[in-house]
Formats: sequence, C-alpha cells, structure tokens
Amino acid sequence: MTTIDEITEPEALSSAPKGRTPSWWGMVLFVATEATLFACLLASYFYLRFLTSAEWPPPGIKKPELAKPLAMTGLLLTSSVWMVWADWAIRHDRRWLLRGMLALTMLFGAAFLGVQISEYATKLSEFTWTTNTYGSLFYVITGFHGTHVFTGLLMVGFTLVAALAGKFGRTHHERVRIVSFYWHFVDGVWLAILFSLYLSPRL
Amino acid sequence: METVTGARASAAERVARRWQEPPGLRGFLTTVDHKRVGRRYLVTAGVYFTLAGLEAVVMRTQLIAPDAGVVAPQTYNQLFSLHGTAMIFLFATPMLFGFGNFLFPLMLGTRDMAFPRLNAFGYWVFALAGVLLFGSLPFGAAPDGGWFAYVPLTGPRFAPGPNLDVYTLGLLFLGVSTTAGAINFISTALKLRAPGMTLNRVPVFVWALVVTSFMVVFALPPLNTANFLLFLDRRFGTHFFNPAAGGDAVLWQHLFWLFGHPDVYIIVLPALGIVSSIVPVFARRPIAAYSLIVLATVATGVISFGVWVHHMFAVGLPQLSLTFFSAASIVVSIPAGIQVFSWLATMLMGRVVLKTPMLWAAGFIVVFTMGGVTGVMFAVVPFDQQVTDSYFVVAHFHYVLFGGAVFPIIGGLFHWWPKLTGTMTSERAGRWAFWLTFAGFNLTFLPMHVSGLLGMPRRVYTFPSGIGWEPWAMAATIGAYLLTAGLLVVLGTLWYAHRRGPVAPADPWGGETLEWAAASPPKPYNFAVIPTVHSLHPMWDERSRASLAEGATSEARVLADGHLVLRTSELDGEPEGPLEMPEHSWLPLAGAGSLFLAVAALLFDRPGFAVAFGVATALVLIRWLWPREAARA
Repeated sequence: MTTIDEITEPEALSSAPKGRTPSWWGMVLFVATEATLFACLLASYFYLRFLTSAEWPPPGIKKPELAKPLAMTGLLLTSSVWMVWADWAIRHDRRWLLRGMLALTMLFGAAFLGVQISEYATKLSEFTWTTNTYGSLFYVITGFHGTHVFTGLLMVGFTLVAALAGKFGRTHHERVRIVSFYWHFVDGVWLAILFSLYLSPRL
Repeated sequence: METVTGARASAAERVARRWQEPPGLRGFLTTVDHKRVGRRYLVTAGVYFTLAGLEAVVMRTQLIAPDAGVVAPQTYNQLFSLHGTAMIFLFATPMLFGFGNFLFPLMLGTRDMAFPRLNAFGYWVFALAGVLLFGSLPFGAAPDGGWFAYVPLTGPRFAPGPNLDVYTLGLLFLGVSTTAGAINFISTALKLRAPGMTLNRVPVFVWALVVTSFMVVFALPPLNTANFLLFLDRRFGTHFFNPAAGGDAVLWQHLFWLFGHPDVYIIVLPALGIVSSIVPVFARRPIAAYSLIVLATVATGVISFGVWVHHMFAVGLPQLSLTFFSAASIVVSIPAGIQVFSWLATMLMGRVVLKTPMLWAAGFIVVFTMGGVTGVMFAVVPFDQQVTDSYFVVAHFHYVLFGGAVFPIIGGLFHWWPKLTGTMTSERAGRWAFWLTFAGFNLTFLPMHVSGLLGMPRRVYTFPSGIGWEPWAMAATIGAYLLTAGLLVVLGTLWYAHRRGPVAPADPWGGETLEWAAASPPKPYNFAVIPTVHSLHPMWDERSRASLAEGATSEARVLADGHLVLRTSELDGEPEGPLEMPEHSWLPLAGAGSLFLAVAALLFDRPGFAVAFGVATALVLIRWLWPREAARA
C-alpha cells in the first residue's frame, strides 16, 4: 500500500496528483443525470409518436428539412474537436493554444445557436408549441438542448476567462477536462436529437 | 493522554486551528461543516414531519365518524395531497440525507463531505422548498391533486388555480437539492474514505446511501421531466398531456412511477442501512452475510427500476406488460428478504442487548415484514385490481414507509443522539416512546386493511353511515391519537436529553464503525489523525484503533498544513494526495436564496424577475467556481 508520507513529500505535491478528484466524479454524475433527463424527453417523444395512428408529423406540418440541422451537427461536432485540442494543449503547457481553442469552441457553439435561431424563424411561421403535441415536443426538446448549448457556452467562456487570467498550467488543468465533459455531452445529446426528431420521421 | 509541552502543540490543536468557523449568526449562515448541515437537515425535516403529521391528525379527526364536518372537502384535498408530498419529499429523503451528511465523513474517517459548499447549498434549497410548499396551505394554494398528481385532474382545464404550480415548481426546485446531495454522497464515498478502507470494508449504511444516491441520479429525471412538461402545459398551453391535441394522460403516469417506485427504495434503503448499523452493535457481533446484504442492496436498486407499472395495473395496459411487471415486483421481494434474514441471523448468533435503539430496530423488522407481505400481494395482478386505490393501499404503504423508514429513523436518532448532541437519552422514556408508538401505529394502520377490503376508497373526505366502515375508521383515528402521543414522547425524550441529559462518552454503545472514535459531539475536524482501516469493524479491531492514537504515526497523517482531507482511490482506498477543502462561505445561502426567488417569480408569473434572479444565481455560481490559485509556472 502507498503510504501517506510518500504522497505528501514536496516532490509528489509539485506534480499533478494521481487519480481522479471528487470534481471529476461530480461532473460525470451530473452528466449522467442530465443524460437521463434527455432520455426521458426522447422516450416521451417516441411514446406520443407511436400512440398517433395518423402520419407523423401530423397533417399540416411538413417533414423536417435537413439542411440546417446537418449544418448544426457539423458545427457542434467540429467544436468538440477544438475542445479536445484545448484539453491536449494545457496538458502540454501550451497556454495560448488552450486560449485559442477555447475561443474557437465558443465560436462554433455560438454559430450552432445562430443556425438554430434561424431555423426556428422558419418553423414558427409553420407551427408553434401550442399547435399540437408534435409542436410541443419539437420546440421543448430542441429548445431544452439549445439552453444546454448556451449553458455550455457560459462554461467554456468562464474557462477561457480563467485561462486568460493564467489559472491553468501543466499541473492545473483539471477544470478544462471537466468542462469538456459537459461540452461533449451536449454534442452527444444533439446526435440523439438529430436522429429522433429530424431523421426518424423520414425513415 | 499526552500533555502539550513547550512550542510543540498536539496534533489536535494544530488541526483545530485550520478548522475554525466564525461564531454567532455569521457562522450560522455561512457554515459548511457537514455535522452542522446534517443536524440542520434532521431538525428541519423533523419540523416538516410534524407539520405533515398534524395534517394527518386533522384528516383522521374528520374521518372519526360518518358525515363529520371538521374540514371542507377542498381543504381535505389539500391536506392529503400536502401530507403525502411533504412526507415523501420534505421528510423522508431529507431526513435520511441528514443522517448521511452527519455520518458519512465520520464513518469514512475523513473531515468533511467532498463538496462542503454544495452540501450547505442543498440544505438551504431544501429548507426553502419546504417553506414554499407548506407556505401555500394558509392561502388555500397547496397542491390538491394527490401526491402523484395525475393528469387530466391536475391539468390546466380541471385545476386552473395556482395549487399545482406550487407542486410542479416546488418539486423541481427541491430536485436541485436532492440531486446535489446524491452526487455529493457518491463522490465522498468514492474519494474520501480513510486509507485501507477497501470496498469490502465500507459500512452497510454507506453502501445503502450510495445505492440510494445512484438511484436519485437516474430516478429523479423522470419526475423532473413530468413536472417540467406539466408546468408548460399549464402555463404556456403546450399539449403533452392533452389527448385532444395528440398528447396522452398515461404518459404522466409512466414518467411519475418510473420515478415513484424507485423512490420507495430511495426512502427505504438508507433506513435499512440504519438498521444494519444498529443491529450489529446491539447484537455484539459483526453483521451476518455482509456481502449478501450489500449485494441485496445493489440488486434492490437495480430491480426497482423495472417494477413501476405495478402502480398502474388498473389502467388498462396490455396483458403482456402486466405479466412482466408482476413478475419483476415479486422478484424485488427476494433481496428485501435477504436483508431481513441477515438481521435475524445476526441477532440469533449474537447476544442481544435490548437498548432503545435496538428496540426500534426490532419493532421495525416486525412492521416492515408485514408491509412486505401485503406488498407481495400487490404484485399479483387480480388482487391488485380489486384493492387498488382503496384503504388497503393506504395501510400497505404506511406499513412500508412508516414502518420501514420512520421506525429506523427514530431508532437511528436514539442510536446516534450521543454523537449528535453529546448527551445520553433516558432508557425508560425511550421504552415508553417505543411501545406507545408501536401500539398507536398498529392501531392506526391495521384496521385500514379491513376498511380497504370492505371497499373504502382512499382520499374520500367523509363516508355515509351504515356500510360497516365506522368501527374501523374510529379505531384508526384513536390509533392516530395514540401514535401522536408516542411521537410526542419521542420528541420530549430527545429534547430533554439535549437540554439536561447526562454527558455522553465518545463510544457509549461499544460501537463498530469509525464515528464512535470521534468525540461526542465530534470536533469540527472529526479526527486529529486520519485513521487507517484494517477491517469492516475498525472500532473492534486493535490495529485500526491503534492508528487513531495521537503520535502513533508520522506527521503526514495529521494533515495540519491547511484545511485538508485525504483523497484515496475509489476501489482500494489507497492514498492519492491531500485535498484542500473550501471553508465557510456566504455563497451557498446566496445561491439558494436567489434560485428560490427565481422560482417564486415563476410561480407569480413574473418572467422579468425570474430572469433577473436566474442571472443572479449564475453570478453566484461564477464567483463560487472561480479558481482560487493561479497555476505555478
């Protein structure tokens, strides 16, 4: 067994401590509970959809267009690549690379929200969330995801500000990884939404 | 005891300097000490228990005889809805979280929870959620659709008032606290155990609350989804539960019970964990079949996610799903049975000392088993369809929840009262309290089985004479008064001990787990020296005990160079490094307060204020999470 003396030596304390921290677990569990929330929303979507014997989407609403959602998918997936790069950068003490990659992540995330808003603008002229259950499901699920992207943007922005203030370095980079978990989670959920709300009605 | 000589202060003194909190009101509002937070949870949940219990007394008084007119039907609806909602959400879970908060770091041999400020935040949110829910009652705005709030009764069409908005918003708000608490328990149990405490040396109570916390992580989202969608339906005119526009009312039931049945075990499992803490101490031997009882706890947690439809057997679902859920509901009784037999075996092989805590644990085994037997009956579809929504159900779940949770909770209060307050309770008063409560409990709820079989539906505010329900209703009401008397004696006994009871030693019962190594009540830092654990029952093994003695080990185990705890590995409890913990702070209270105001603004339909307070909450979080130190070059 490792003794406590070994891990409290000055040499051990100056390197990044081994093992996972409570914060690592905290974010993993938070993501788990959030993912369950989305699972419940999507389960409700399919439950209500399969109860509907008529066509889906209901008459009067066109099948979802794919151009914008696919563009949004591209933006969000690419932003995850920048986030991975940011995490790699700070582990190698490349502080300006970290800052740049965080900014790029934010740019792509914001672009995702921009396209989503323009998509809403077209959709809202066709149906709203009070039109019928399909409308309620569509706007609540995509809107709830949109607020998660927004929250993720705030978190990445917070990390960027902290990075600019010199808070991260070779041994101090755990927050970057933890924030990246949330960001990748928001991306992953988008894929599930893309499949459920946009692709599956066309199957 | 070593004396302090010269400049060399003892380990305890040096650690104490790092674990001071401000005195007075400021300390009260800013504390993050898990013991103060835990005690606070217990007291606040106790207050909510009393309020919800008084509602029950009013209801029983209304039902003492046919056609009584104590309360109006509308008031009665609010009373039973708030009684159920409060007992489940504001009493049972927070009360057990209170035990967890107080006991986790003590049992695990560390100095605080993994996220101390989150812990304080969770408490404030819980307390304020109770203020919101109970505060609505005097205005006639309390939830009135039953604790499971079925649509369409609770939808915008049939419940236009604010009552159900209090329900949906109150529970969403409270969910923040419960989720935060659960994540905190898991992280603490995984990362802050004393060195040497491998997974098979973790106390059963900790296992139970960790399983519960995992269940909260996965079971609360369906409830939150349901309440979120219902709030949108009611406030913004969406159509999730409106069949006329393509929605469905049964969706609510699925989402609610997908939470609701696991929630039964979320309440019962930690209570069973309390029993597993009490029984070995008073049977004077380690618990029998430790591995089995832990596996049974985990199994219960998993299976409980596959039984929710047994709450919906009378809804008209396909036969196939009824069969599946009937089988699953019967299966879940097996792990519960394993636990019961483990306690019985422990008592049989040990030498039982029948002190007050053990009396409550033994009483629990009797009533919980009776509730379990009727529970298995409900798993049988034809029987369930006969008695569903009758008083038989009310009788059953009070045996399971009052018997299965309140008895262990009270037993736990007597068991850990010396640790909580530093005072001993009176044995004689404790026995009186037990027998009064036990008699009152059975006199209240046993007759309800009969009135249920006679066809009395639950939730009726009165009943006509001449249909054979009178004697059973009368007996239940008298029982309720007796039960109230018993609970008052419990309260009086505990209060008297707290005010003028004899001073408790650190280890009055000859306890098994590490909390008994700390002082009664424990110092802010819990342990001057971080112990090393060599067995499942460290207080009964010489090597573990020796590791606690001051000066028995090197400086490193004292960790007095800061506000430090020791981080260890998840599976084997290998030391990984010291961890600096946050100290007292205003942020938890500020965050909970602004979030509460945001929820209140939503309730009163003031979106502008809701956004403003939401932004304020975010600002508090930003301040909270800002890194304290800059990276070294």
